[in-house]
Amino acid sequence: MKVRLMYKDLDFDIKQSLPSNEQVLLNDLELATLFDAMAANDNFLYEVAKISILSSIKNDIDTICYRQDILKDSIRNDFIIIQIYNIAVEAIEKAKKNYWSFSSRYPSTILNGSIAVLQIFMTSLKELKHLADDYAERFESEGFKTFFSMIQREMSAEYFASVHNHLKNLKFRSGVLISAELGEGNKGTHYVLRKQKTTKQGWIRRLFSRKSAGYTYRIHPRDESGAKALSELRNRGINLVADALAQSVDHIHRFFDLLRTELAFYIGCLNLYGQLVQMGAPVCFPLPAAACRRIHSARGLYDACLALTMRQRIVGNDVNADNKNLVIITGANQGGKSTFLRSIGLSQLMMQAGMFVAAESFSSNLCNGLFTHFKREEDAAMESGKLDEELGRMSDILDKITSSSVLLFNESFAATNEREGSEIARQIVCALSEERVKIFFVTHLYEFAHSFEDTKMGNVIFLRAERKDDGARTFRLTEGKPLQTSYGEDLYNEIFLGRR
Amino acid sequence: MTFQSILFGKNIDKLRTNPPEAPPFFADLNLDQIVDAITEGKQEYNLKPFFYVTLKDIDSIIYRHEIMKDLENSILLKAIESFSQKMHLVRQNLSNIKEIYYIKQKQRWLLDTVYIYCEAVTCLQTDLSGIDIKSKGLLSFIQYLTKYVESNSFISICSETKNLKDALSNIKYTIYIKNGSFTVSKYDSEIDYNTDVEKTFANFKHKSGKSYRINFYNSTNMNHIEAKILDFVSQLYPELFYDLVDYCARYNNFIDKTIAEFDREIQFFVAYLEYTERFKEMGLTFCYPHISNTCKDIYASEAFDLSLANKLISTNSSVVCNDFYLKDEERIFVVSGPNQGGKTTFARTFGQMHYLASLGCPVPGRAAKLFLFDRLFTHFEREENIKTLRGKLQDELARIHDILNIATPNSIIIMNEIFTSTTLKDAVVLSKRIIEKIIEIDLLCVWVTFIDELASLGNQVVSMVSTIVPENPSKRTYKIIRKPADGLSYAMSIAEKYRVTYLHIKDRMRL
Repeated sequence: MKVRLMYKDLDFDIKQSLPSNEQVLLNDLELATLFDAMAANDNFLYEVAKISILSSIKNDIDTICYRQDILKDSIRNDFIIIQIYNIAVEAIEKAKKNYWSFSSRYPSTILNGSIAVLQIFMTSLKELKHLADDYAERFESEGFKTFFSMIQREMSAEYFASVHNHLKNLKFRSGVLISAELGEGNKGTHYVLRKQKTTKQGWIRRLFSRKSAGYTYRIHPRDESGAKALSELRNRGINLVADALAQSVDHIHRFFDLLRTELAFYIGCLNLYGQLVQMGAPVCFPLPAAACRRIHSARGLYDACLALTMRQRIVGNDVNADNKNLVIITGANQGGKSTFLRSIGLSQLMMQAGMFVAAESFSSNLCNGLFTHFKREEDAAMESGKLDEELGRMSDILDKITSSSVLLFNESFAATNEREGSEIARQIVCALSEERVKIFFVTHLYEFAHSFEDTKMGNVIFLRAERKDDGARTFRLTEGKPLQTSYGEDLYNEIFLGRR
Repeated sequence: MTFQSILFGKNIDKLRTNPPEAPPFFADLNLDQIVDAITEGKQEYNLKPFFYVTLKDIDSIIYRHEIMKDLENSILLKAIESFSQKMHLVRQNLSNIKEIYYIKQKQRWLLDTVYIYCEAVTCLQTDLSGIDIKSKGLLSFIQYLTKYVESNSFISICSETKNLKDALSNIKYTIYIKNGSFTVSKYDSEIDYNTDVEKTFANFKHKSGKSYRINFYNSTNMNHIEAKILDFVSQLYPELFYDLVDYCARYNNFIDKTIAEFDREIQFFVAYLEYTERFKEMGLTFCYPHISNTCKDIYASEAFDLSLANKLISTNSSVVCNDFYLKDEERIFVVSGPNQGGKTTFARTFGQMHYLASLGCPVPGRAAKLFLFDRLFTHFEREENIKTLRGKLQDELARIHDILNIATPNSIIIMNEIFTSTTLKDAVVLSKRIIEKIIEIDLLCVWVTFIDELASLGNQVVSMVSTIVPENPSKRTYKIIRKPADGLSYAMSIAEKYRVTYLHIKDRMRL
C-alpha cells in the first residue's frame, strides 16, 4: 500500500536531512512566517511545511508538476482532503493505546496487541474505501487517481473477510502444534508452527488419537518453572506469526503515517492559500524550467511573508531576467531591495516544493542549491573580525555551491572600506557568474556594481530601487544602472527632519 | 626437517618455556598500548609473551617475514581464520560440557565438538594445499598436517562422527501444547501455518520493515521440560540413542598437540596483520624493513607512531607521517622545536619501528632500513617520583650512567626531555658531556631536547625540528624535518586564508 502524494515513486521522508544552511535560510528569508501561516497552530503541519519547503531544491520538474496537479485537486475538493486527513490522524491516535505490547519480549503479547490494532486499522481502511468509492471520480490529478484506485483494488470485501478470519484463528483457542528437530546438544530447534490436521472433530478427539503415537506429560499445578518453560516453548512456536502480524501493523501504521504526513503538506498549502486569497493577494502556479537554463521572469512578485505579517496585499515587482544570471540591485535605502531579495528566495523554494507562488505570474529554472549571504547586523561590535566572519561564511557557501545554484547577497562585504570590499565582491561574483551560478546582489558598493557595467557582459541586468523626484520611495524596483549616491540622505531627512 | 614451531625456526624450547616479562622501555615507547591493541580480543591465546622476546639473528627475522608475507594473501588468512574460529569453538565446547547436567545433552555436545574438530583440520589441510605458499615455516607445517589427515585413526573418527550426527539431525517430532500439558510424537507432515498467515498479510509487509521476531535466549543447559521432551524423543528412537552412548565411551581425547600449538602461535601473525589493517584502510602503509646488524645507515619514509595513529583513527583525525635517515657517520637525532609539535612522537616512532622490526614484524612506513640492536634503552622524564630537585637530577644522572655502562655500539638509546629540572646552564653542560659519551660509544640515539646547542655538536649529530603552519604559528604540522633549529614568520591576506579569491573560487568550483 502506497501513498505517493508527494512523489510519483517515492515516499516522503520526514526525517530527511535538510540543506546545511537550513537555519540561515530560515532567518534570512523569514521562513517561519510562511510556515506559521501553513501550520495554523498545528506543530505537525509546521514541521511538514518546513521540511517539504526546505528540501524542495532536490525536486525535479516532474515532481513539481505532479504536486501542482494534486494541489489543484486539493483546492477544488478541500472538504474530502480534510476528511481523509482526519481518518489517518484518528487511526494513529486509536492505535496508540496498544503500542506498549510491541516492545514486549513475549510473542504472545505481541500477537494479541497486533490483533487488536489490526482490528482498529481495518475499520479505518474501510472508511477510506467508502470515500474512495464515493468521490474518486472528482479527482483529475495522476497522484490522487493512483491513490484511490490502489485503495479500491487492494481493499476488496473478500480481503477484509479473510483478514478477519485469520485474526480470529490466531487467538489459538484450541492449542498450539509445533514441530521441532534436535539441534546443538540435542536441544530442540527449528520450532515451526503447524496447522492441526483434524480441525472438524475438535481438539478432544485429536488429543485422544495422538496419545497412541506419542507421550504426554501434564505439568504439576505447583511446578511454576515448568509452566514457564512450556509457555516459552509455545512462544517460540508463535514467534513467526506474531512477527508477521506485528509487521503488518507496522506497515499499515506506516501507511497512515505517510498519508497523514503527505496530506499535511497539502493541508498546509490550503491554509496558506486561504489567507492570501482572503487579503486579495494574487497567487499563481509557476512554470518551472530546466536547471540547465537561466530563466527568471515574474509579474507582480511579492514577499508572501511580508504580506502575511502586514495582513494586506503589498506592492509587487516585475522581473525580466531570462538568459541572465547576474542581477545587481542598487538604489534607495528602504526602497524594497531586501524584500525583493526575499521574494526571489521564497518564490524559488515554493515553486520547487510544488506550491503556488506569491505573484501574478512566475517562471524560473530549477536550482539545486539556494544560498544567502546577508549582512549580519549583530556582528557590528567587533569590526575587525567582521570581514573574517563574512568571508568565512562565503567559504562555507563555496564548499556546497554548484553551477545550478542561486545565491542571494545582501549588502555583503561592506565590513571593510569600499575599495577593498568592491574588489573582494568583484572577484567572487566574477568567478561565480562565469561558472553560471545565478546571483542576485543587493549592494551599496558603487565601484563593485559599476565594474560590471563596463564589461559588457550579456548576462547582467541592473535593478534600482525607485525614487520619485520628490524623494518619496515607491518600493518598486525598475531596471536601471547604479547611481553613485544612495538615498541615505533621504532617510536622514525623513527621520531627523521629519520630511517626506 | 620435522615441523617444530611456526614462530621460531630454532631455539624453540628455550623461548616457549620461559614466559618473559614486558621489557622496561615498553611504557615509554607506548609499546604496552600497542601490544594491548594487537592482542585485544585474543586473550585466550596468551600472545603477549611472544611480543616480549626480540629475535637476535637475521635468519629468525626472515623466517617470520616469510610467513607474514604468505599471510598477506587474504585467501590464506581467511583459511587460517576459519580454522581458528573452529578451534576456538572446540575449546569452548569442551569447557562447557563440564557444566552440563543432562547426560543425553553431554553426549551430543561431545559428538558435535569432535565433528567441528574434524572439519577444522580437514578444511585447513584442503585449503592450505590449494594455496601458493613460499615460507619455510608454513611449508613444513603443511607437511605435518597432511600426514596427520591421511592417518587411519583420523579417517575413521571423521566418518563415524558424521554418520551419527546426520542420523540425529534427521529426527523430526512435534509438540502439542494445550493448557498445562504437552504431547510429543513423530512428525506427521502437518503443514506449516506460518506461510499460510504470511500469505494473507503479505500485502501489509514491508521489505525493510522492523522485525518483531524475538530472539530467545538459548541457554546451553536444558530446563526440565526440555529434558522431558528429549527423553520422550529418545523413546521414539531408541537404537540411535544407544549408539551415541557407545561413541562417547570411545572418543574422549581427540586433539593433536602440535596442531593445538600451531593454532595458538599462528595468531601472533594474524593478530599483527589484523591490527595493521585499520591503518592501511586510512591510507597508511607498512613495510618489511631491511635489517642489518652491522651497518648503521638507517632510513624510514612515511613512518608514524602506531599508538598515536590508533587514537587518531578512532576520532577520525588524520595521521602525520615522518621521514628520517642517518648515513655515514651520523648516529644521533637531536630533536628540537616548538612544544606539542610531535617531538616525543618522533622519538617513539623511531623506537617502535626498531622494536617491531626485531620481532620480525612489518613496520609502519612506506620503506625502511633498520638496525638489529642488542639492547634498547629509553630515558623519558618521569612525572611521578618527584622528590627534591637535586634528588631528581641525581636520579637522572645515575640512570643515564647505568645505561651508558651497559650499552654497546650495537645498542639504541632514546632520551626524551631530560634535565628539565635544573638550570639551563647545568643542562647544557651535562647534555654536552653525555652526548660526547654517546658519540664515543658510537651507538644509535634519538634525543628530544629543548637545548638548541646540542643540534650542532659534530658530524654524528643530525638536527631535526618540529614545524608549524606558516599562516598560523599556533598550529602544528607535526612534521619533524631535518634542518637547523630556527623560527618562522607568516603573512597571508584574509581572502587568501578563506580561499575566496577569484582564482581560488575557479579552482574550488572545478572539484
